[in-house]
Amino acid sequence: MISFNQVCKRYPGGYEALKNISFDITEGEMVFVTGHSGAGKSTLLNLIAAIERPTSGSVIVKGQNISTLKGGALPYLRRNLGLVFQDHKLLFDRSVFDNVMLPLDICGFDHRESASRARAALDKVGLLPREKTTPIALSGGEQQRLCIARAIVNRPSILLADEPTGNLDAEYANDIMDIFKSFHQVGVTLLIATHETGAGALLGARTLILKQGELQSTDETTSHSTKLSNIDSQVAAYPAGSGQT
Amino acid sequence: MMNWLTQHLRALLFSLRRLLATPVANLLNVLVIGLALSLPMGLYVLLQNVQSLADRAVGTPQLSVFMNMGVGKDDIARIGRQLKQSEAVDHIEFVPREQALEQLKRSTGLADVIGGLTQNPLPDAYVVYPKRTDAQTLETLRDEVRKWQKVEHVQLDAAWAHKLESLLKFGRAALLILAVLLSIALVAVTFNTIRLQILTRRDEIEISRLIGATNGFIRRPFLYFGLLQGLLGGIAAWLIISLSLHLLNVGLIELAQLYASNLALFAPSAGDGLALLLFSACLGWLGAWLSVVQHLWRIESK
Ligand SMILES: Nc1ncnc2c1ncn2[C@@H]1O[C@H](COP(=O)(O)OP(=O)(O)OP(=O)(O)O)[C@@H](O)[C@H]1O
Ligand SMILES: [Mg+2]
Repeated sequence: MISFNQVCKRYPGGYEALKNISFDITEGEMVFVTGHSGAGKSTLLNLIAAIERPTSGSVIVKGQNISTLKGGALPYLRRNLGLVFQDHKLLFDRSVFDNVMLPLDICGFDHRESASRARAALDKVGLLPREKTTPIALSGGEQQRLCIARAIVNRPSILLADEPTGNLDAEYANDIMDIFKSFHQVGVTLLIATHETGAGALLGARTLILKQGELQSTDETTSHSTKLSNIDSQVAAYPAGSGQT
Repeated sequence: MMNWLTQHLRALLFSLRRLLATPVANLLNVLVIGLALSLPMGLYVLLQNVQSLADRAVGTPQLSVFMNMGVGKDDIARIGRQLKQSEAVDHIEFVPREQALEQLKRSTGLADVIGGLTQNPLPDAYVVYPKRTDAQTLETLRDEVRKWQKVEHVQLDAAWAHKLESLLKFGRAALLILAVLLSIALVAVTFNTIRLQILTRRDEIEISRLIGATNGFIRRPFLYFGLLQGLLGGIAAWLIISLSLHLLNVGLIELAQLYASNLALFAPSAGDGLALLLFSACLGWLGAWLSVVQHLWRIESK
């Protein structure tokens, strides 16, 4: 479903955010990406959504090579992706409800069906009572949940979530993880970037660990405990449990 | 197909809502466009009025040959024969002095004045219809007939029509220049409006792109906005012209009553009005399109 082959990403300033990354994610898999701040997690997700293009190497998503993808095909690729942005990227000039409607409007769905879908998505993240307010009136965590609602409303086949539980308290973080799990169960491919190193293990998911742009290890669930001890202080600095109870 | 239609309809409604969201600013824009359009359109209407006036006043260009007062029947017949023999003449028409006076009474509304005359001041005359109506032929003919005996005066009736025609030609050239310049102004106004909109909607554009909006989806509301603004500007121009003509006619009617004739400017035809609306809508669309192409490309390549 998603395949990185010797991918490097150098930003215009010359900074190499990702170095020689190779991995594969099969369809329906749930994978976590962890690493310190600045390790390249967001960059990795941005490459999949073609928000950034790789400097070298190839990124293949649903059989399409992102680096050679034509501009006209890009929107249709993105409609298959649900994106949860680290900085939410909400529109503050319209209601919570209209924010969730945006992806459906873009696809040109029937309005009434869209509306019921949008309400269902809002209900899932517990924001249905706030549908008429604008996102400005929402707390940081609520904005994050709104961003998640917008990402899932389109029923994407791949969900890319960048720090989806960063601002949430344990209870909501669990709820969000439950939503992701239910998506996983219906066959959605998930890639979740988080600094909480234990999150993946807790859900029995594979974890990719990035350090300074390099893929440190692919932490398989089976060998989770053994690998964990090999990883340096980065992991130790984030003891499991900060977001989970 | 249905989907395509609803997408466009939605974009149209969205633009309409955007237009109504800031009514004062947009009303001013529409007014500026309306004023800019009403200038060439007004000139066009004026030229059309003058043209129709000229058409009514002169049929084909002709020559009037006035004979001396008290000319005899023989001389009248001789001059008639001479005229018919002339190569340049197609046919002629004799106008006896009594008939001329009668016509004058009827056509000019000066019946009162003429009724007060003790004797008919008009001479017998021939109206000459030449074969060719170019200025050269007419003038040669006039100069020749003028030399004949018992011919008092030869009047080239259409001379002023020729002058008017060249004046109208000049007017039309001025109209064209004015129309082109103000069309450019309209495009520029729309270009700028859309530019500001794009700048204030940058987030929306970028986010829409990130979640799968095509270029068409992003452009559509801006293009429709330009179209609507142009259309409303055209309607404003139409209203401005209709109102101005109405006010002018109120004044004209009073003036015309003094001369016992009915003179009134006519409004642009429905066809011309619709053409104006179509034209202004297209220009609005063009301005929006230029703006969208330039500025969205800039956002994209950022
Ligand atoms: N647009 C950019 N231009 C230049 N450098 C960038 C850009 N985006 C990211 N970087 C650099 O690339 C590195 C990786 O950034 P990235 O956002 O992927 O980190 P991250 O793992 O998501 O960090 P965080 O946990 O803080 O979100 C950082 O050092 C950052 O400074
Ligand atoms: Mg990040």
